[in-house]
Amino acid sequence: MTNQVNSPAGQRPGTDAPRSGGTDGADGAEGDAKTELGGGKEVRRLDRVIIRFAGDSGDGMQLTGDRFTSETASFGNDLSTLPNFPAEIRAPAGTLPGVSSFQLHFADHDILTPGDAPNVLVAMNPAALKANIADVPRGAEIIVNTDEFTKRAMAKVGYPVSPLEDGSLDNYNVHQVPLTTLTVEALKDFDVGRKDAGRSKNMFALGLLSWMYNRPTEQTEHFLRTKFAKKPQVAQANIAAFRAGWNFGETTEDFAVSYEVAPAKTAFPPGTYRNISGNLALSYGLVAASQQADLPLFLGSYPITPASDVLHELSRHKNFGVRTFQAEDEIAGIGAALGAAFGGALGVTTTSGPGVALKSETIGLAVSLELPLLVVDIQRGGPSTGLPTKTEQADLLQAMYGRNGEAPVPIVAAATPADCFDAALEAARIALTYRTPVFLLSDGYLANGSEPWRIPEVDDLPDLRVHFAKEPNHKLDDGTEAFWPYKRDPQTLARPWAVPGTPGLEHRVGGIEKQDGTGNISYDPANHDLMVRTRQAKVDGVDVPDVEVDDPRGAANVLVLGWGSTYGPITAAVRRLRRDGQQIAQAHLRHLNPMPGNLGAVLRSYDKVVIPEMNLGQLATLVRAKYLVDAHSYTQVNGMPFKAEQLATALKEATND
Amino acid sequence: MTETAQVSEPLSLVPKAEAAQTMKDFKSDQEVRWCPGCGDYAVLAAVQGFMPQLGLARENIVFVSGIGCSSRFPYYMNTYGMHSIHGRAPAIATGLASSRRDLSVWVVTGDGDALSIGGNHLIHALRRNVNLKILLFNNRIYGLTKGQYSPTSEAGKITKSTPMGSLDSPFNPVSLALGAEASFVARTVDSDRKHLTATLQAAADHPGTALVEIYQNCNIFNDGAFEVLKDKQQAQEAVIRLEHGEPIRFGTPGEDGLGGKGVVRDRATGELRIVDVAEEGTDGVLTHDAHASSPATAFALSRLADPDTLHHTPIGVLRDVRRPVYDDDMAHQLEQAVEQHGKGDLGSLLAGNDTWTVAG
Repeated sequence: MTNQVNSPAGQRPGTDAPRSGGTDGADGAEGDAKTELGGGKEVRRLDRVIIRFAGDSGDGMQLTGDRFTSETASFGNDLSTLPNFPAEIRAPAGTLPGVSSFQLHFADHDILTPGDAPNVLVAMNPAALKANIADVPRGAEIIVNTDEFTKRAMAKVGYPVSPLEDGSLDNYNVHQVPLTTLTVEALKDFDVGRKDAGRSKNMFALGLLSWMYNRPTEQTEHFLRTKFAKKPQVAQANIAAFRAGWNFGETTEDFAVSYEVAPAKTAFPPGTYRNISGNLALSYGLVAASQQADLPLFLGSYPITPASDVLHELSRHKNFGVRTFQAEDEIAGIGAALGAAFGGALGVTTTSGPGVALKSETIGLAVSLELPLLVVDIQRGGPSTGLPTKTEQADLLQAMYGRNGEAPVPIVAAATPADCFDAALEAARIALTYRTPVFLLSDGYLANGSEPWRIPEVDDLPDLRVHFAKEPNHKLDDGTEAFWPYKRDPQTLARPWAVPGTPGLEHRVGGIEKQDGTGNISYDPANHDLMVRTRQAKVDGVDVPDVEVDDPRGAANVLVLGWGSTYGPITAAVRRLRRDGQQIAQAHLRHLNPMPGNLGAVLRSYDKVVIPEMNLGQLATLVRAKYLVDAHSYTQVNGMPFKAEQLATALKEATND
Repeated sequence: MTETAQVSEPLSLVPKAEAAQTMKDFKSDQEVRWCPGCGDYAVLAAVQGFMPQLGLARENIVFVSGIGCSSRFPYYMNTYGMHSIHGRAPAIATGLASSRRDLSVWVVTGDGDALSIGGNHLIHALRRNVNLKILLFNNRIYGLTKGQYSPTSEAGKITKSTPMGSLDSPFNPVSLALGAEASFVARTVDSDRKHLTATLQAAADHPGTALVEIYQNCNIFNDGAFEVLKDKQQAQEAVIRLEHGEPIRFGTPGEDGLGGKGVVRDRATGELRIVDVAEEGTDGVLTHDAHASSPATAFALSRLADPDTLHHTPIGVLRDVRRPVYDDDMAHQLEQAVEQHGKGDLGSLLAGNDTWTVAG
């Protein structure tokens, strides 16, 4: 339990205003500000806040955002984050392409997105201001590091005169803070050079924002001590900068007001929570699947953004029997995973779109071998190298059809960062039950975004244990017992999984068409027809739960259908419309192949179906082809998730058409 | 520096056969479908004949292949097997071998499969030293696609795809493997059953990746490609038989009964050179050391062969050294992780360190 606001150790401010229950605003509602006067400065209560930290890619904005998120999570707010950074590790300093940002939305109630428009922008340099100002609504607060607003730095991003002086920011509440100078001053007693001292300015900014929003701070201090355990001087300097930032807010007149966002007590069912990113949740889901299946996990992977963090994370859990293999290329990554699956492991390969393209032939082999295999695609902007650090969901058709021949593969898509955990377990269930490769689709937004996650009880996780074949399964005409590797389970159509080391079941499998039952090479036309149809029937027959429709009054004429990471923005948009009295139904697909059995009936029961996607209408294409429904496609491919407001407007227009 | 596991004795973790085996035990019920007269038949017979000698439980043996004529091999072995896709067998076998140390994993591949489409996987398997035995059937031609030149074909070769002669210089697979940090490299010939069997045994005895290049005749598209090494008369001058600890002598026997030619190191250049022993004596003749820590001499030996005529082609085990085996080290890290952090507990992992509780 850490639901307590603490100031930095030893610097406890006088104000500790009482909190009452948060406002119950729907997502997207403007903050309902109430004023309370505490012992010191004024404290206002808000129901939600959106903060964006922006700076150079070397300024440590992702770390700053992560720490603020961690403080906020431990405080008990609901939250959603959106890291946004360039593909270059250190793009040229001070330039627009080099700007890295981290947006955090937190609230005293249940929220679904990282928010459309920041209430607060922290701009560490002119480039950060210029790159982000268009998203900041008038009246919002902007904190700028004036030390970086030199003539040269401003000229570099095309400010002929200082935006701090030309009146262009008159409609904003601008706080001009010399962050670098103040940080250096705060660290003057430390044995660090001016340049190194200046590097801690992100911690100064974090301290200031932590004061502004009454965040608990002891975890950040603990984090800094741990991170720099081997360099205590650096740890102390960063903590000093962090505290100095807090104290600056507390004492300076420029910051007259601080804010409180109460814990989201009613938004969460009882339980123990933690903050989790999509890639971490997905990694845990894979470890959990391996434990629940009682099979060793083998990950074959090649580094690729934004999937590499799964490789990093799993490589830390060798004490769970997890083997991670950084292969020479994408093809070897999946090849090794498939080899391990042949040997009885839970084989997994993780990648992004370009890697899937390279793995396609091996996925086809896995379809033909009918071995369980997880192919995790953390989608990013395409085609080709595309936008490595930006999000998109344009690999759906690649997952569905991107192979030679008829090569059906089940597809599971995660809806939120925390949902990546459950989606991984579900993908593993299908792979193991049906002895098939399965696509697990996530994307850059889910991978790096985070949200609170109710930690599940291990006892409540699904039982994924499998039965390896141990005995012959077929009696030949002459009465001898034989093992037929392609003699199927009549219910699931899955073939037996007989792993090397099992006496008497020696058999050969391969990518050439095989005879039904025996698995021997067969070029017989009728047999090929049977095998193609059987593999398809197996995937079509995967047991998938019905899609649930959210249509509170049952009176809607329009259904909005989504899949994957659009869940948050679509749900937020739907809430807005309903708050305005509109009737609209919502359904979200976790299973893209096969689709839920009731989907056709659901689609046909509405006058209009709208499908928002971060591609050019891939699910809409599938739905139109399969169900002959005139689905309306609403698409966006700008590398960013939908904004709830914009989506709400689009859905409203579609509803009123 | 990472702590590495002790190099395990080869195949010590693979269960032994309970009863004596015969060649027949390793023949599958599938009809062998290579062209009549293909060199693959001889290799298959040699491998099937060798397996009982190895004495491992048949169910713990796996043959993995890619695509090409030779890659049909697993279907004819009554073991576990996978006929995979073009060039990828080393990658697939790496996943299998590194997660199952109780298996004896063999890769069967060809010159196109291993050196062209799968070249990347081959070199990386060799440098990692995964416990794999790779049998590279080199016939210097693409057979299954009906006769295009391969990455080991001699330059200028006239084939269906190179009517005016190929423009590529060929790979020397032994040189390539040595350059890729291979810990075991050998070469043998399909028609020499005794040498082939001895080479298979040496490969099986080696911990880590073993590459065995097998010169194999394609009697349809490249017939007689290795005739110079097989014809008794010509072979005497063309083949350099390497035996660990023996002087490197070949050619028509001299007075001491050993080959009349020897391999010496030129003092001025450091290069290897072939000399007439009768003229220059035997003092400078190199003694073959397959266990030499440096691959330099083995590489120099591999370069003696003329890629066009195949004269001075060394056969036998060129290199056989011990170094850390990937699968052992991988297993060792798992054990170390358990020692350091205890066996993984899923509940603790999921909970992490930063949590908060919402009361009911």
